[in-house]
Amino acid sequence: MLSRRIIPCLDVNAGRVVKGVRFQQLRDAGDPVACARAYDAQGADELIFLDITASSDERKIMHDVVAATAEQCFMPLTVGGGLRTVADIETMLKAGADKVSLNTAAIKNPQLIADAAERFGVQCIVVAIDAKREPDGQSWRVYTHGGRNPTELDAIAWARRAVELGAGEILLTSMDRDGTGDGYDLELTRGVSDAVSVPVIASGGAGTLQHLADVLDQGHASAVLAASIFHFGTYTIAQAKAFLGQRGVPVRS
Amino acid sequence: MNSELQTPNSEPRRTRVAVIDTGICNLRSVTKALEAVGAEPRVVRTPDEAGKAGAAGLVLPGVGALRDCVASLRQSGLDATVREWIERDRPFLGVCLGMQALFTRSEEGGVRGLDVFPGEVVRFRLPAPWKVPHMGWNTVRFAQPNSPLANGLTREGEAFYFVHSFHCVPQDRGLVLAECDYGGAFTAAIGRGRCFATQFHPEKSQAKGLQIYGNFVQVAGRT
Repeated sequence: MLSRRIIPCLDVNAGRVVKGVRFQQLRDAGDPVACARAYDAQGADELIFLDITASSDERKIMHDVVAATAEQCFMPLTVGGGLRTVADIETMLKAGADKVSLNTAAIKNPQLIADAAERFGVQCIVVAIDAKREPDGQSWRVYTHGGRNPTELDAIAWARRAVELGAGEILLTSMDRDGTGDGYDLELTRGVSDAVSVPVIASGGAGTLQHLADVLDQGHASAVLAASIFHFGTYTIAQAKAFLGQRGVPVRS
Repeated sequence: MNSELQTPNSEPRRTRVAVIDTGICNLRSVTKALEAVGAEPRVVRTPDEAGKAGAAGLVLPGVGALRDCVASLRQSGLDATVREWIERDRPFLGVCLGMQALFTRSEEGGVRGLDVFPGEVVRFRLPAPWKVPHMGWNTVRFAQPNSPLANGLTREGEAFYFVHSFHCVPQDRGLVLAECDYGGAFTAAIGRGRCFATQFHPEKSQAKGLQIYGNFVQVAGRT
């Protein structure tokens, strides 16, 4: 049976993990490769690096991080942040990434999704959507640039369009819930997941293990992304899987 | 004593494995996995390079579009190398598209494959809520449990990482080495003699995946 995936996400700036990671077993919690190894050892199903570096010079450092991780961790690795062209994507895939995540660049230039999917296959093109609930409470607006700029796009409509263009997976972040620990936006996740034929990774709001179970069950998500609950050692990946397994969610042991 | 004068190394000889570069990405994970299990990978781009690599085994990895993968093999002439390698029962491992390329034809753009094995590559046709691509960790059951590729692995229940929208349907069911369930059983791996291929990515499947590479290198090392 296909397992639901548990995916830790590491924010990387100029080659260092930011937002704080406090693994007890790590001497240098800022080293992304060491963090990746720790999650590999814990049995994470995939790993996502989000490159939040502003300058393109520092972005080159990300290639080295990806290459070093791919040499040591035999698990799927997605890289997102700052990829604007097919050439940017190719460089990252050749460094060792299995998938790339496109956000602002895909909204500015939707053809990038089609071009990249045509060249590298839909399986490695993830479209990341940052969505915020509208005042009507019934719909969600898409934002770009790390959630700073509103667009005219409706999250569900954009997800559909992205899949038509060639997205093989949607990484869906609720801006309302991100960083709150109040749980994922179940309605948003279910709305998008039911609207598209490809897997949806739910992101934003995980505070407890029950939140993971809720979004996989009621939100119809194929995978969950979480950062803080794993980075700070609140829960290990193994604890999360044991919890989900007891509740009948198929997970890889 | 000058360290440069010491004998280079006393390690046992590493099994050399040629890895075909079709110009599509992600060879690195495959070569690193081979190194991790003690083999010596050599990336080859032409039949000449493949011939001169002195390799005991040949690996055909592949991600992306099957059309590009097969076109690249034809253009370089490595399609003939692959066919001949398998005909002579030399150790071969295809991964993902490297498995799909071995069949007669694919629904993916109507691509004609290398036709080493009669059969079709078809798209998953599954109703909602099944998602396509089939993406993530799924368990397999070995239909050839005594295959050297399955050595050290449980007959049923080992999880491997899959990411694909198309799957192989061999005409000869005897070719099926492992099956997986996703809205019904499909072929997760094939094996005949010393030719093996997996739909899943062993190089992305942590310890169990490395076991697959290790098993293949064992087979190659016995030649």
